[in-house]
Amino acid sequence: MNVIEFTFLVWTGSLLAGFLGALTGLGGGVVLVPLLTIFFHVDLRYAIGASLVSVIATSSGSAAAYVKEGFSNIRVGMFLEIATTLGALLGAYLTAKVSASAIAIIFGLMLMYSAFVSRRTRPRTEVERPPDTCATKLKMNATFPDTSGMRTYNVYRVPAGFGVMFGAGALSGLLGIGSGALKVVAMDQAMKIPFKVSTTTSNFMIGVTAAASAGVYLSRGYIDPSLAMPVMLGVLIGSLMGTRVLVKTQTKSLRLLFSGVIVLLGLEMMFKGFTGGF
Amino acid sequence: MQLRRNLDEQKVENVIANLLRAGVLVAALVVVGGAVFYLGTHSWLRVDYRTFHGEPDELKTVHGIVRYAFSGQARGMMQLGLLLLIASTVTRVIFSMVAFAIENDRMYVLFTMIVLAVLLYSLFGSFLIA
Repeated sequence: MNVIEFTFLVWTGSLLAGFLGALTGLGGGVVLVPLLTIFFHVDLRYAIGASLVSVIATSSGSAAAYVKEGFSNIRVGMFLEIATTLGALLGAYLTAKVSASAIAIIFGLMLMYSAFVSRRTRPRTEVERPPDTCATKLKMNATFPDTSGMRTYNVYRVPAGFGVMFGAGALSGLLGIGSGALKVVAMDQAMKIPFKVSTTTSNFMIGVTAAASAGVYLSRGYIDPSLAMPVMLGVLIGSLMGTRVLVKTQTKSLRLLFSGVIVLLGLEMMFKGFTGGF
Repeated sequence: MQLRRNLDEQKVENVIANLLRAGVLVAALVVVGGAVFYLGTHSWLRVDYRTFHGEPDELKTVHGIVRYAFSGQARGMMQLGLLLLIASTVTRVIFSMVAFAIENDRMYVLFTMIVLAVLLYSLFGSFLIA
């Protein structure tokens, strides 16, 4: 393939990944690496580098919209970014130490996990509990706009959330993904932060987390501009289009379909990892 | 008092949102500029990313990228755009730090400084571990 063909095809693929990722809420970054490695035969390290850059673009692009609506909790985000950025440094450091096969297998597991998480809908029983002392000291309890005006919420189990966030950061640095699914689990499940606040704050944190490993990737030569260019531009435009359409469409069946695609890609990544295809 | 604080926080959040948006826009424009130049000059070159060679030194460090881009290299310009994207998150963190400082929230100024230190280390010092 020559430069024009390759650039155009990668751009189209990334556009589609970004569009579907935003539309289904599963994130586009997670399918980019399998797309590049399986269909375009790109080396895993170049693929991870390009994916990571596009993750920063989509996070900043979409966070801009959410931050304005007043959903994200900037204090929670900033505190947890200590964990995610340190984790991201560790993860990025590990990419050079861990074999490509092992990375592919972990990637496959992560793909299946994100497909699985998206299938669950959680009815949460609201239990009134006294505010957590740690969260109170950290001034994390806040309000967010609800259908019935501003609603206050308390944050719990900060150390547990911090721990999961460190893991999410490490996975983000190791695999070149946003690991939004794990970040949401840390805030929503562990810290009992309302779902809407969790997702928007997570989105907001993804860019900074990814930037922490991007520096390491850059100095290792993982980020190739000719490859990252169509990926970043494609995903960015695709995800912006996806968020626009999101408001108007019923996405349930599309989500199911995209989850299916993700599971298949996960299986393929694991298969290639086990058989030494990387 | 509470209302006033909320208004200020809303203002801070708006500035952050605009910073993020401007950062992405500027970065994307520089990448597009480099891409037009790159596609125009390299269009029929064959591509092969099957094997990992690593990038040359001028595309690996901050000063290398800046120098390469300003010497008129298309790949350097695209890489500069990507670097600007990474740098926009640093700007965002610096702005949050200033906002916490204005609110006199020393604890969060410290937290933000830790995040900033990690980011700057990654950008400028990570060749030490890479």
